[in-house]
Order: sequence, then C-alpha cells, then structure tokens
Amino acid sequence: MAQKELLKVNHLKQYFPIKGGFFGRTVNHVKAVDDVSFEIYEGETLSVVGESGCGKSTTGRAILRLDDPTEGTIEFDGEDLLSLSKREMRNRRKDIQVIFQDPYASLNPRQTVAKILTEAMEIQNVVPKNKRRERAIELLETVGLNAEQIDRYPHEFSGGQRQRVGIARALAVEPKLIVCDEAVSALDVSVQAQVLNLLKKLQREFNLTFLFIAHDLGVVRHISDRVAVMYLGKVVEIADKKSLFENPQHPYTKALLSAIPTPDPENKKERIVLKGDVPSPIDPPTGCRFHTRCPFATDLCKQDIPELRNLDHMEEGHRAACHHIEKIVSGDMKPNY
Amino acid sequence: MNAEQANNQSTEQKKKKVDSPFKRSAKDFYKKLKKNKSALIGGYLIIALIIIAIVGPFFTVYDPVHDTDYMVKLQGPSAEHWFGTDHHGRDVFTRVIHGLGITLGIGFFATILGGIVGVLVGIISGYYGGRVDSIIMRLMDVLLAFPGILLALALISILGASLQNVVIAVSIFAIPTFARIVRGSTLATKNLEYIDAMRALGASDARIIFKHIFPNILSPIIVQASLFVATAILSASGLSFLGLGAQPPSPELGAILSNGRDFMWDAGHIALFPGLGIMIILLAFNVFGDGLRDALDPKMKK
Repeated sequence: MAQKELLKVNHLKQYFPIKGGFFGRTVNHVKAVDDVSFEIYEGETLSVVGESGCGKSTTGRAILRLDDPTEGTIEFDGEDLLSLSKREMRNRRKDIQVIFQDPYASLNPRQTVAKILTEAMEIQNVVPKNKRRERAIELLETVGLNAEQIDRYPHEFSGGQRQRVGIARALAVEPKLIVCDEAVSALDVSVQAQVLNLLKKLQREFNLTFLFIAHDLGVVRHISDRVAVMYLGKVVEIADKKSLFENPQHPYTKALLSAIPTPDPENKKERIVLKGDVPSPIDPPTGCRFHTRCPFATDLCKQDIPELRNLDHMEEGHRAACHHIEKIVSGDMKPNY
Repeated sequence: MNAEQANNQSTEQKKKKVDSPFKRSAKDFYKKLKKNKSALIGGYLIIALIIIAIVGPFFTVYDPVHDTDYMVKLQGPSAEHWFGTDHHGRDVFTRVIHGLGITLGIGFFATILGGIVGVLVGIISGYYGGRVDSIIMRLMDVLLAFPGILLALALISILGASLQNVVIAVSIFAIPTFARIVRGSTLATKNLEYIDAMRALGASDARIIFKHIFPNILSPIIVQASLFVATAILSASGLSFLGLGAQPPSPELGAILSNGRDFMWDAGHIALFPGLGIMIILLAFNVFGDGLRDALDPKMKK
C-alpha cells in the first residue's frame, strides 16, 4: 500500500490505577491497553474488534486524548499528539472527531440541534459567525435530516436520527479522522445499515479516515478496509479485511470468526468454543495473553510474548501474534480441545 | 442545495413555527407542574405573597414603625385595626405586610447568595475531582456537622446582630447543602458522552462547566433552592425572635413575634398573625419545592 499514513500508534499503554487502602494508595493497575501499535492510512477504515473489556474503546479514547495514556506515542500527520500541551491539543482536536455509541447520551439534552452544531463550529472557529446557521442546515442535509428539524431538541428525535445529529456534529469541524466508538451498536439492525451506508458515503465525499471500533463482525465486514483484532489489551492480528476473514492465522481470530452465525442452516461450520472466561486485565497471563484459553498453547506460550509477524503464506500487511502459526498451518499441531 | 435557498427555507420555517424552542420547554414544564395540584397552589401562593410584599406597603394606612398611638395599645382585631395593635399601639396588620417583604427578602437573598457559592464550589469539586474534591468536601463536612441554627448563632456572635449579618450567616450554612447536591449531580453528568464529545471538540473547562454541566443539573438546584428559601426564612425569623437578627422597631416577622411573646396572655393576636404569616410562607415554599421536584424529575419524563 502506497498510501500515506495518517495516524501511527506506537507501543501505546494505558494503565488505570486502582486506588485502595487507607490513604488511597495505588494498589494495582488495570492494564486496559498494553503495548498496542498500528497505523491508519489516509482515507481507509480500520476496524478494531474484540470482546468487551479488551481495550478497544480505551484505545480510541487515548487517540482522542480523552484519557492520558501511560506510555507510547500517537503520531497524527507526523506529529506526536501526546507531547502536545493542552492548548496545542485543543487546536489539533479539529482534525480528530468522535461518534459515540449511545445516541441518547451523546447529545446535550438542553441544546437544540442548531445550538449543538453551531457550538462545535464556534469552539474551533471554523465558519464565520453569521454563516454558522446556514452551515448547520447544510450539515443536517448532508447526514439525511431535514432543515426544519434544526430547532428541535434531541429528545424529539429517534435513535437513528440522533446518531445522524452526532455525525453532523463531528463533521461540523471538518475533521480528517473520525473515531467511531461502537457507533452503530445501539441502533436496531435496519437503522444500522442506513447509518453505515451514510458513513461510507461521507467517507467518499469528504475523504475521511475512520477508526471503527466494533464488536459486531457483520458490521466490520461491511465497512472496513483493514481489521485489527484485540484480546486483553493487545493486538493479536491485523490484516486487510479479505485476508482476515478468509485466512485468519491467530487461534483467537479463528474462534472469533467461527462465532459469526451463518444464515444457511444446512451449511454448518465448525464452531470453536473457547474454554473459560477472559482473564482479568489487572493480572493478565504471562507470555501470550491468550494461552490460558488457546487450544494450541504450549510451554513456550506461557513464557514468551509473541510479536506480530508476517509469514510467507500471508498477504502483505497481514500480521499475527502467535508462536505457532507455521505449525498450525502445516498441520503439525492439532488443537487439543 | 446552496446557502441562499437554505436561508430562505429557514426563514419560511420561522414564520410557520408557532413556538420557539424555549417556549416549548416552558410549556412542557407548566403542563407537568399542573398535574400536581398542591404544588400549583404553593406556586400561586408564593406569587401572591410576593405581590403583597411589593404592592402591599403602598396601600397600608398606617406607618409600621412611627405610628405609635398609646390610646389604642394592645387592642384585639377590629375594623380599624384588622390584626389589632401592639404594645406601642402600632397597627399589626401594617407591620405584618411590611414585614412580609423583609422576611421574604432575607429568604431569597440568603438562598441566592449561598446558592451561588455552593453551586460553584460543588461543580468545581465534582468536575475536577481528586485532591481538590477531597479538600472542598471535607470543609463542607465541617460546616454540615454544625446544626444550622447553632452555626448561625456562632457566626452572628462574631459578626454582630443585624439583619445583614443574618443573611450572611444563613447563606453560609446554605453552602454545604448546595455543594453536596451539585457535586453529586456533576459527578453523574460529567461522565456522559456529550461531555466527552465537547472535550473532543476542544471545549474549555469553563465552557463545559457553565454551558453543558450547569444547565443539566439545574433541576436539583432549583428544587433545593425553593426548599431552602423556607429553611432560610425559618432560621432568619428564629434568629430575629432570639433578638439576634432584625432589631426591635423593624417589622420583620420574627421580630414582631418576639415582641408579641411578652403579651401572649393579654394580646395573643400580636404573636398569632406574624406566626401565621411565617407558617404560610414556609408551607407555600415547601409544597412548591416538593411539586417542583416531581415535575423536574427526569424519570417522570415520557
């Protein structure tokens, strides 16, 4: 891929302290994101998938600098966002916007749509004052709402319409990257499709880049160019959509993909059922984080942390973090269920 | 669609639209309040009391302080003196009407003063959290540990007895109650996604606090304020009754009550009418506050 890297996340770590004891000492850390690196190219959609609690939303929040990461760098357009001061960051925020999961909580219930949109423009000072209302109407029409709905309050809209307002707010400052944090998970299926198609349309029109955080693989398949799979705060596999869905390498990815329901009852796939639960991110397993549940786990997995690797039989840019990719592919290793 | 067309369309809409967004929400609120009869009565009573307190003094025949007439002292209610006269022969009705304004004024002033400080302290404490929060809330706990009237007594003994100092004392013990409620609501509000969205847009802390958190925690503040006016009036009257607030010639209701105490057996009406006045004010504010709480409760929203 000869595209330009828009965002590069390097060794990002986000540990949240757990306070306890008499004097509120830090007794331990929740390792929500532990050494995550990936990059997003301009104009593409990178999806981050994984179970709840695997750190995908935390990664998104770190990129937006809503939380302050413990370690690592986040390079946006070649500039490290984490080294910026609060004030410098405030100006950079124009380029990175967010769409949230819950359309009922993401809009201020006391503001009309007009106020919500014009305030976004006011904060970043993108449109001259007297043109802001016109621009707000334009934005509403871009996201598929009517101009006459501009003076309504959020509670006068349906969930899907609110999500559109949220999208319009993100677009108001003309961002380059939009983090969609479970942007469609709270909507019902028919509305999901509409909003996804809207996002795709907007991406084409405005050359947007999306970081799409999701747990619904169907949605991910529909919208992404590339997919990163996360497990317990680490990226276990990253690849373009086609390679990941057709040729998954990591045992966790395989298990995850096998959970996609197939519409055809005749054509039953083999369902990989993992043992046990996701371990606690407070005290994650040593070595490969997945070894407690992995059907291929060996002693090596308990000791060494696997790196993301690209092997000969994999497409370019397809990387997986497993010690045993070769043996699993060649059939030397059999799963031990 | 180009901008001009959009503009035309929006002006058309403005003509068609009957209500502005603000008017709609006000109507919505009134509709909810109307369902609660006692709150509505309380509300009207408060409005009536305020009107009487403002307009009343212009219509009274006598002067509340200077019209002493020892020929008619300690007389019971009559056509001449509706609420009777006190030990200086002053018309109690006139004094009560004039006192209403002073008493209500103390209540509103103390609530507004204490409310503003309490809300600010509470929002800052809740929004910034951490050490700031711990320090502020421990200070509030210290204030809360005193019974309200005792704290006011202590403050007045330092500041000296006067109406102005009563307002200050009462507003100081309003601070922790407001701060607590506001802090709690701020904590609940600041983690909502729209606050994160504003931060992602680059909004300053001041903008988030005043434009996004404050309007959304207004309901509990309004309810607390309307209930606290009653408490403030009761405390202020109590302090005046004890001789620490409004000083004798002043017709503050608590002070009249205090005068009347000496003649309880011979002329009970002197204490009765200001007492009734205080009671009606408190009842009105308490009932109204309760009704407001119900009307503003988000859970009642359909």
